[in-house]
Amino acid sequence: MNLNEFWDYLIPGISLGALYAVIAIGYTLVYGVLQLINFAHSEVFMVGAFAALLVFTKIEPSNPSGLMSVGLVALGFAVSGLAGAGTAFALEKVAYKPLRVRNAPRLAFLISAIGASFFLTHIAGKLFGRDPKPIPDLFVNKKVFEIFGARVSVLQLIMVGAAIVMMIGLDLLVNRTKMGMGIRAVAQDAETAGLMGVDINKVISRTFVIGGLLGGCAGFLFGLNSQVTYTMGFFPGITAFAAAVLGGIGNIRGAMIGGMVLGIVESFSAWQFGDEWRYVSAFAVLILVLMFRPTGILGERLGRTA
Amino acid sequence: MSTIETPDLSKAPAANGDASTAKPLLELRDLQVFYGAIQALKGIDVTVREGEIVTLLGANGAGKTTTLRTISGLLTPRAGEIRYGGERIDGVPAHHVVSLGIGQSPEGRRVFPMMTVTDNLLMGAYRFKKVPQSDLDRVFELFPRLKERRSQLAGTLSGGEQQMLAIGRAMMGRPRLLLLDEPSMGLAPLIVAQIFSIIKEINAGGTTVLLVEQNAAQALKLSDRAYVLETGSVLVSGTGEQLLADPRVREAYLGEGAGG
Ligand SMILES: Nc1ncnc2c1ncn2[C@@H]1O[C@H](COP(=O)(O)OP(=O)(O)OP(=O)(O)O)[C@@H](O)[C@H]1O
Ligand SMILES: [Mg+2]
Repeated sequence: MNLNEFWDYLIPGISLGALYAVIAIGYTLVYGVLQLINFAHSEVFMVGAFAALLVFTKIEPSNPSGLMSVGLVALGFAVSGLAGAGTAFALEKVAYKPLRVRNAPRLAFLISAIGASFFLTHIAGKLFGRDPKPIPDLFVNKKVFEIFGARVSVLQLIMVGAAIVMMIGLDLLVNRTKMGMGIRAVAQDAETAGLMGVDINKVISRTFVIGGLLGGCAGFLFGLNSQVTYTMGFFPGITAFAAAVLGGIGNIRGAMIGGMVLGIVESFSAWQFGDEWRYVSAFAVLILVLMFRPTGILGERLGRTA
Repeated sequence: MSTIETPDLSKAPAANGDASTAKPLLELRDLQVFYGAIQALKGIDVTVREGEIVTLLGANGAGKTTTLRTISGLLTPRAGEIRYGGERIDGVPAHHVVSLGIGQSPEGRRVFPMMTVTDNLLMGAYRFKKVPQSDLDRVFELFPRLKERRSQLAGTLSGGEQQMLAIGRAMMGRPRLLLLDEPSMGLAPLIVAQIFSIIKEINAGGTTVLLVEQNAAQALKLSDRAYVLETGSVLVSGTGEQLLADPRVREAYLGEGAGG
C-alpha cells in the first residue's frame, strides 16, 4: 500500500462521502417523521443540479475573478437549494399528502414514491435533453494545498466545507430550536405531539423542505464535480439511502456517519479492486454491517412508539 | 389562569354542593363516534362543570378513551356536539384544542422516549412562545421525583415516573381542563395513592379534571361526580357518593359479588 495513493483516494472519498451524508439526511429526516422512504429524493437532488446548470448556462460566466467566483458559488447554492426545497415541498403535497389524509396503506406510499421518482427523471429528460452537460466553470479549480503529495482542489474544499456547514446547521436546528423539538416529537410519537400543540402537517412539510434544500445543494456540488443529466440522481440517491440505513434510518447523525463511510469505502475499493467495484463494495459493507447490527450504526428502535 | 368564577378557594376536596352549581365547562351532547363501521360511542351525554373532578368508569372497551380522544380532537364525532365554555369544538384539530386550554395525559403515558424529562415538559408548553421557569418549578414541586430525573431520557423512567411526567407535561400547558386517561394503570398501590392525591392538589389549584379510571373505589372517593359507561352508552351517573352506594356499581366495579 502506497501512502501517497492512500491520500489520493481518501480525499475524493471524503468529499464524495460528505455529499452522500448531506443527501442521506433528506432520507432519514422524512423517514423519521413519516416512516416513509422518499425514493423521489434522488430526483430532488437532480433538480437542484439542473437549476444550477440552467442558471449558469444563461449567465455564461467567463474567467470570473476571485470575488465573482464566490458570488457565483453562493448563487449556485441559493438556486439549487431553492429548487430542491420547492420540488420536495411540491412532492409531499402531490405524491404523499393525499395518501396520508386518506390513510392509505404503506405500499401505496412506496408506489407513489417510485412513480414520482420516474416522473421527475423522465420529465427532466424530456425538457432538458438527455445528454450530460457540464456546469460552466464558476472558479478555477486549482490545487489549494497538498497532503502527502495528494492534491486538494478548490472544489473538494467547497464540497467538504459546505457539507460540514449544512450538517452543523441542521444538527443545531434539530437539537437546539423549538422547530427542531417539534420535528423530534413528531418522529417519536406524532399523535402525542399533536396533543401538545404541534401542527403535524406543518412539521412534515418542513422536513421535506429542509431535506430538499440540502439535497438540491448536494446536486449542485455533484454537478460541479461531474456532469448534469436527468438520470444523475439514481446512484448517489441509492447510495445515500444505503448510507441512511447504514447509520440507522431516522437517526440524523447516523446518516452523516453512514454517508462518510460509504464515500470512503467506494473510493478505496475503486483504488484497490478497480473502478467497476465501487458500488459493489459500498453495498457489501452495508449488508455486512446490517448482518451484525440490523438497526444500523447509531440506530435504535428503543421506545419508538410509532 | 384562575378565573373569578373558579370556586377553588371555597371548594372542599370531595363531593359537595359547590361545584354542582358552577357553570358547565365541557358538555358532550348525544356524542356518537365510529371506527369505520364500528360504533364506539352511541350518543353519550356528559357534563363537566368548572372546578369539578368528574370520573368516567367502565369496563374495557366501554369507550372511555374514545371519549377523551374525541374531546381532544384526535377523533371526529359522526354526530352530536362538544361544547367547551359554550363554544362548539367538535372537529377542531388536536393542535388547536390544546391551545383552548384542554390538556391531556393520554392512555399509556406516551412520553417522548428519546427526550429528557425537561424536554418532555417543555413539549407540554409547546403552545407558548416563552416558558417561564416558574411553570417548570410548579411541576417539579408537584413531582419532586421528576426534578431529580430531569436530565434522564424519558424512555428509561419507571412506569410511575413516566405517569408523573405525562401529568406534569399536560400541566405545562396551563390547562383549564385536564383529561387524565387511567393515570393509575399498572402502578403500585403506594404510587397510585400519591397520584390521586396530586390530582386532588391540581384540582384545588383551579384546574377542572375529567378522569378515566378502572380503580373505581379510589376514583369515586375523589370525584365530585361520575359516569359509568357500558359499551358506548352512559349506564348511570351521579355524585361520587351516590355511585359508591349504587349496587350496580358495587357489583361490577368494586369487586363485590351479587350477594355481597
Ligand atoms: N382504532 C380503533 N379501531 C377500531 N376500533 C377501535 C379503535 N380504538 C378503539 N376501538 C374500539 O372501540 C371501543 C372503545 O374503545 P376504548 O379504547 O374507548 O375503550 P376504553 O373504555 O378506553 O377501554 P380500556 O379500559 O380497555 O382502555 C372498543 O370496542 C374498541 O375495540
Ligand atoms: Mg382506554
